[in-house]
Amino acid sequence: MTVKQLCEACGFVPAFPLPDPDKEVSCGFCGDLLSWAMGRAGEGCAWCTVMGSVNAVAVASLADAAVLVLCHDAALMADAAARAQQQGINILLTGLPEFEAAVCIAKQLGL
Amino acid sequence: MADAQDKILLEYQVPGDDFTRAGEASADLKARLKTLGFPAASVRKAAISLYEGEINLAIHAGGGKIRVELTPARIEMWLDDEGPGIPDIALAMSEGYSTAPDEVRSLGFGAGMGLPNMKKYTDEFEIASEVGRGTHIRMAVDIGPA
Repeated sequence: MTVKQLCEACGFVPAFPLPDPDKEVSCGFCGDLLSWAMGRAGEGCAWCTVMGSVNAVAVASLADAAVLVLCHDAALMADAAARAQQQGINILLTGLPEFEAAVCIAKQLGL
Repeated sequence: MADAQDKILLEYQVPGDDFTRAGEASADLKARLKTLGFPAASVRKAAISLYEGEINLAIHAGGGKIRVELTPARIEMWLDDEGPGIPDIALAMSEGYSTAPDEVRSLGFGAGMGLPNMKKYTDEFEIASEVGRGTHIRMAVDIGPA
């Protein structure tokens, strides 16, 4: 499933036009501690978090996450949005809690 | 990187306490490795381990210096600082142990996974530290199949 398909299926909203909409989502990860995500988020994952900082974008990029799903209507910082667009990181927004966003992602991935 | 004699040296200076810039070295390294055609799995390991090192330099050491040596066989990285040093390396290497201040934790850091991640994602990891003098780390990622 691509990031674009996941976005539409779960009702997520792109924070900006998706720079890599056809990137494949292979798994999911939930968590807000950056080193925890860095060490455990799988390659190609949809990472559900409330961390909308430039550091979260760096972790998503370096860990090769397919998409960062910013939950609970958490704020995406302006510098983070700029960095994500510069580095081609997909970011989706949702008011759903991380658990509910993850449930939707899991269903779409057939997990 | 087709010739076994090929060697590329990179150097980065990491500023202290600037968490918006921490990650620039690892992002640059990742981009270079991808351009040079290193296998994706090796690129990911090197980028993750170097990012953790950068964050540690920014949080704990007041900044520091990173050197990277690239050859077709491996990615070798040295991180050197003149920070406060680590009194108990074995304790610092245990998952979940952190001395990061609260303001750093509020940014999502300080989970006590930095050094463990660096060891986990590298094929060789060495650390030496002296209280009041600084910390020196050497990490290497062997290049696996593409």
